[in-house]
Amino acid sequence: MIQLTDIQRDFQVGDQQVHALRDINLQVAAGEYISIMGPSGSGKSTLLNMIGLLDQPTAGHYQLDGQDVTTLSDEQQARTRREKIGFVFQFFHLVPRLTAAQNIALPLVLAGMSEKERNKKVTQALTQMGIADRAEHRPDQLSGGQRQRVAIARATVIGPAVLLADEPTGNLDSASGIEVVKILEQLNTNGLTLLVVTHDEALGKRARRRIHMKDGLIEHDTLQNHPSLANP
Amino acid sequence: MKTRDATRFAFDALRGYRTRTLLMLLAMSIGVASVLVLTSLGEAARRYVTGEFASLGTNLIIVLPGKSETTGGGSPNLLGGTTRDLTLNDALAVSRSSLINHMAPLIIGSAPVSVRNLQRDVMVVGTTSSLLDVRQWHLGKGQFLPETDIDRASFVTVLGSTLKQELFGAKNALGEWVRIGDRRFRVVGIMAAQGRSFDIDVENVAFVPVASAQMLFNTQSLFRILLDTRSRESIPRAIEHIRRTLRERHQGEEDVTIITQDAVLATFDKILRALTLTVAGIAAISLAVAGILIMNVMLVAVSQRTTEIGLLKALGAPRRQIIRLIMTEAALLSSMGAGLGLLVGQIGSNLIGYFYPALPLGAPWWAFVAAIGVALGTGLLFSLLPARRAAQLDPVQALARR
Repeated sequence: MIQLTDIQRDFQVGDQQVHALRDINLQVAAGEYISIMGPSGSGKSTLLNMIGLLDQPTAGHYQLDGQDVTTLSDEQQARTRREKIGFVFQFFHLVPRLTAAQNIALPLVLAGMSEKERNKKVTQALTQMGIADRAEHRPDQLSGGQRQRVAIARATVIGPAVLLADEPTGNLDSASGIEVVKILEQLNTNGLTLLVVTHDEALGKRARRRIHMKDGLIEHDTLQNHPSLANP
Repeated sequence: MKTRDATRFAFDALRGYRTRTLLMLLAMSIGVASVLVLTSLGEAARRYVTGEFASLGTNLIIVLPGKSETTGGGSPNLLGGTTRDLTLNDALAVSRSSLINHMAPLIIGSAPVSVRNLQRDVMVVGTTSSLLDVRQWHLGKGQFLPETDIDRASFVTVLGSTLKQELFGAKNALGEWVRIGDRRFRVVGIMAAQGRSFDIDVENVAFVPVASAQMLFNTQSLFRILLDTRSRESIPRAIEHIRRTLRERHQGEEDVTIITQDAVLATFDKILRALTLTVAGIAAISLAVAGILIMNVMLVAVSQRTTEIGLLKALGAPRRQIIRLIMTEAALLSSMGAGLGLLVGQIGSNLIGYFYPALPLGAPWWAFVAAIGVALGTGLLFSLLPARRAAQLDPVQALARR
């Protein structure tokens, strides 16, 4: 479903050229559960942003569902992002003045869906995340775990094919971290392709396929037949 | 994104930053209100002045001695054409036409008017009984100047209400004698209090028969001749008649100036409208300043909400949509500001109207259109830059921040 060919991403920092990604070749099939690990600055977030179309490669090709998305216009890229990709961030990035329900409805609003249809989907997503009673609460009235669940609901409400999570538990205590991970894994079980960027070895080991990055290169790409779901 | 949703989103954003929004509304509404108040003041001045002219009588024709326009041939004096006086006979000759309704000659001078040891220097107007009809003034008590032959001097006078008050106080003045210059006049009438009527302060004047004024000021020449026609349509023909009659009487020379009410009115109308436009323009500058303020506020809003904009992009909003959201916010801000300004302006006009009831206040329709148009226009124009800046934001960097 995702095919990266010779992807390269360079940044100009001062007068120095930084190679955030070098010759990345990666194939992801639909429904996979992948963790991307590595030290800070290894390029794992850049890779995730690249896959999420938030960043453009300096060179190389990116095919999503058989379509070369690097050459799309801004409008088409935004549309692809809206329809096929969901994001979950470390800092949740909920809009503080909007309620949980309104935050979840945002992608539907941007897509121009009618309010009636929207409400149905939002209610469904709230129930699925177990936060239906928090629908009218604003982010500052929610706990960290609840906030991240709202963020996940927002990322998945439109029904994307891929969910990209950048340190989804990085800002949570371990208990709510595990809850959030379980929700993500449940979504994966239901067929959603899941890519998780993390520092956390334990979290990384839960994934069937683990990618280790270093200095903009993929160091290992290992496939585990028996995921260690037993010891969370 | 649906327009309604975009509007609601922008409205929520404005509500989220209350102080900033309120300050912005204040700036915008002051701009709009000042346009409205200033133009309505300008318009009031115009209506006031034109109203004063209209009170002269709409079919009025004024004849002045001397030609005020020099139409070719250099200075008229070099050609030997001295200005001839307008005389009572000229006035009589001119008035002998079916086109002319009333004729009142005017001699104006200044003279001391005294009763016993009280003395006032006032304007003395020599005229005839027709003046009341021509100028549409009202008599308070007694009668106006007697309808006698125009060249017969009689020593009666009609006093303005202020002058009467100053000379006689509350006492009866009718039938009493006053001294004007070196002659004694009997008071036959008092004018009604009616304020200043454009060129003559009717309340502070003494009217005497024109022939008496000629004696008083030792002159034969008239200050001007006032005429009115039976209808507005006959004014051009009446002017032609006056011009021809006077040219014949003045040895073929055209040495008078004829002014009509309409011409004067139109001139003043033009001048005052230009004045109104000027103050409106000055007020519009304050609106433009408000527009720049909007730009500043929206720039701050964009940098304050960097993460939010990054998020919108991550959720699949293209640049165009980001621009639209920011512009909607600015449009809401400026239209609410304009609405508030209309209200404040109306209240301001009403207050001025309350303290100065004589002013016919009321902003013209174009002031409303201009105020709202400039408010919305500058609001949208100046939000283009912030909106573009927001659209150009790099979502990766925007989202990297907490």
